[in-house]
Amino acid sequence: MTASLAALSPVGHRVAPTLSASVSASETASRELVGVRGVTKTFGAGVSSFNALEGVSVSIKRNEFFTLLGPSGCGKTTLLRLLAGFDQPTSGQILLDGDDIAGLPPNKRPVNTVFQSYALFPHLTVEQNVEFGLVQQGVQREARQRTVERMLQLVRLDHIAKRKPNQLSGGQQQRVALARALAPQPRILLLDEPLSALDFKLRRGMQVELERIQRETGISFVLVTHDQEEALSMSDRIAVMDAGRILQVGNSTEIYERPNCRFVADFIGEANLFPGSAVGWVSPYVAVRPERVVLAIHKQSMPISLPGTVKEISYLGATTAFTIELTDGSVVKSQRNDAPQGLDSGSTVWCSVHPEHIIELEG
Amino acid sequence: MMLAPAQNLSQRQRRRALALVAPALLMIGVFMLVPMGIAMVYSFLTPDSFGGVAPPVTVESYIRFFFDRDLDDTLRFDPTYLQIFWRSIFQAVLTTLACIVIAVPFAWYMATRGETTRKILVLLVSIPFWTNMLVRTYCWVLLLRDEGLINMGLQAVGITQQPITFLYSDAAILIGLIYASLPFMILPVYGTLEKVDFRVVEAAFDLYASRISILRKVIFPLAMPGIAAGTLLVFIPTLGAFLQPDILGGGKKLMIGSLIQQQFTSSRDWAFGSALAVILMAAVLASLIWAALKRERMEQLG
Amino acid sequence: MIRKGFSLKSVPESAFVTLLAMIFLYLPLIVLVVYAFNQNRVSTIWTGFSTIWFERVFADDNLRRAAWNSLIVALVATPVSTLLAIPAAMGFERELRFRGKAAGEALVALPLVAPEIVTAIATLIFFRLIGLQAGLLNVIIAHIVFCIPFALLPIRAQLRVIPRDIEDAAFDLYGTRWGIFRKITLPLLMPAIAAGASLAFVVSLDDFLITFMVAPAGATTLPVYLYGMLRVGVTPEANAAATLLLVVSIAVVALSMALTSRRT
Repeated sequence: MTASLAALSPVGHRVAPTLSASVSASETASRELVGVRGVTKTFGAGVSSFNALEGVSVSIKRNEFFTLLGPSGCGKTTLLRLLAGFDQPTSGQILLDGDDIAGLPPNKRPVNTVFQSYALFPHLTVEQNVEFGLVQQGVQREARQRTVERMLQLVRLDHIAKRKPNQLSGGQQQRVALARALAPQPRILLLDEPLSALDFKLRRGMQVELERIQRETGISFVLVTHDQEEALSMSDRIAVMDAGRILQVGNSTEIYERPNCRFVADFIGEANLFPGSAVGWVSPYVAVRPERVVLAIHKQSMPISLPGTVKEISYLGATTAFTIELTDGSVVKSQRNDAPQGLDSGSTVWCSVHPEHIIELEG
Repeated sequence: MMLAPAQNLSQRQRRRALALVAPALLMIGVFMLVPMGIAMVYSFLTPDSFGGVAPPVTVESYIRFFFDRDLDDTLRFDPTYLQIFWRSIFQAVLTTLACIVIAVPFAWYMATRGETTRKILVLLVSIPFWTNMLVRTYCWVLLLRDEGLINMGLQAVGITQQPITFLYSDAAILIGLIYASLPFMILPVYGTLEKVDFRVVEAAFDLYASRISILRKVIFPLAMPGIAAGTLLVFIPTLGAFLQPDILGGGKKLMIGSLIQQQFTSSRDWAFGSALAVILMAAVLASLIWAALKRERMEQLG
Repeated sequence: MIRKGFSLKSVPESAFVTLLAMIFLYLPLIVLVVYAFNQNRVSTIWTGFSTIWFERVFADDNLRRAAWNSLIVALVATPVSTLLAIPAAMGFERELRFRGKAAGEALVALPLVAPEIVTAIATLIFFRLIGLQAGLLNVIIAHIVFCIPFALLPIRAQLRVIPRDIEDAAFDLYGTRWGIFRKITLPLLMPAIAAGASLAFVVSLDDFLITFMVAPAGATTLPVYLYGMLRVGVTPEANAAATLLLVVSIAVVALSMALTSRRT
């Protein structure tokens, strides 16, 4: 929890302006780079068939860092493969600058991919790997060499251009994969869980790198990940997916502060979920973030203040996490740094929430 | 409408796949499958006097497998060919069993060695696997004949005075067959045992006291998939063996492989030879189907 | 009942069986080689080291011709079967499921499954029927057929190991089908192709029965010639010729193994 909150802070400077009434409809259309329109992807046939994607529509803008976030099997990788051209949608359209590219194979699309496994060509040097796409495009030798040099500088690998992939560390391989996919200057760069194979420290470093490279190149990045922190810290906008559908699209703050359903509230960070009726609300469900649950020895003058018993306490440094069982048997989590002193397992406390911190959920 | 490109793509892919595999399949089809079909047709024709075949269509060749035709055209049951067929099956079964008995402890030993030793052992087993079968069979003549190494050894030690005749017997053929087949059993069994986590096995192992029960209850079940694969690799070639009965059996102890060969050389009865080949092929296919069914059942259970 | 410290890695019986089996596998080969270098014509008694039988063998014109034939057949059958096996391997491993794939797999395995004698007589009948009397070409055709599955095995195995992502990446980076194959797949496949080719070479070089039945007069190969020598009886020349064949196949297999192990 602490970590994901901390992850929010560096995003501050790049929170995209919430598109409101000030942006006209035509302007929105011109800013759209990729339009996914009602895309369904069915695998298999007959009784054993299943829909990996069901009527997915989403719009990706120019020069944007867009993230597809969801648990494994949610359809995010399928959507990425449709964007890359490795699979064709069963129905629906994929528009690039307004043209339907759903039927084009990968080698006819100005879209490049950074694979989860990096998929570097093991028999070619770093330089030759980065050059590959340019050679296939028929770019002249001098232009090729200039681009390769620039790309290797961009990912800070110009000193090891002559090495083979098996002589590189995981982080270096990752950068080669990135440079290789960027070299042909695609309209969109797809990144399939690019950081999952790196250890924690390298991952944080690469996140910053990726943001920098996206800004410097101005290419739209579409990142697939199951890691909510990664998504929250890097993305301009995030699409949260589950079971072949997109549940919510928004910037990091929107997704975290105003989730629209139980799944998003629960998947992004932690949430206390209640049926709306339990707290006298109209919406079917409500969520309260643990850091919004105030603990006190006495009843508070807030509209919602309920007594309970402390079940578990874990000290986390900056905050302390409490698990509290309310009198009606439901369990509430609180995570703050202002809890009353001397609380112990078994103590009675009052859990209070400000009405503005109650998140209404549609379903 | 949206379905069209995807369908075109998979159609193109199918055509491309066919174009890729077609040359190899055509080669095998034209020069192996078609000839086998023709051999099958031959088995229903009548041998002519030039070592070929001619109409009419008849099942005479198959009748000959079971019966002898007297001068007065009456059929008399004659077990000669059935006995040869039976000997082939019997030898193939014995060879398979002997290979299993040797290969399981052998492969177990290999699988429990260190990386380098394993590699060396695999190499040592593979070399005979790829060396000339004729040469390997001939080597046993040098060992088994009356003036051979074994007889000389026995006489030198004084166990026997006169040489024992080992050659040209079922036993000599069996030794040759086991010798030819052993690597085909060891390698697949090793392939299976290699993947076993021995710490798990050792943990479960204290339950069984005697070595026989270790073999029966631990090693054997673990090796089973490899034994199944090895059985096919040993049984089928052994069933149709020619060189071992020819060289070590001296052409006296016929197996079905050498009987077929004889029909196309000295006996000049291509129709009967073809019928024997059809029968052999049927036996091979039957054992393949049996193995496939058995594997399916095992997969369903496990 | 419970024996502490007992390790399955040291079941002594297995070591004993392994030792015996190794002797069983190698003693006959060693005896052959020793006899081939024995000075004595009656090879049973060792009377001294000599290479005379090899000299005799090399001086035998018929044997030299047979050896040449073997070499020609193997040198033609190997590249042809390998060139047929490469696209077939790509088709089986890379083009997903196509109709008749199972039938195709069965057909391509036929030379491995059918007993050699059945292949031999079927090919003999076929050649006689179509009237093909082209000397070595008859032998070469028969060899190509049974070499295909051997060449195919290591290539298919390697294709299964090369991650699909690598070819996908090349496809994504504007590679054409042919470009991807030539620049990415083929170089990565090269050790397996070499291994497959050397297996095909050994199998062709070693084949006796099919060649014996199919070869027209004058198209005798080394194993068929050796068989003729052995029919006469145990002679030191036969030992020397057999030893030569043994050495050649071991050399080729060793080469193939070296190529395959370099892959990893």
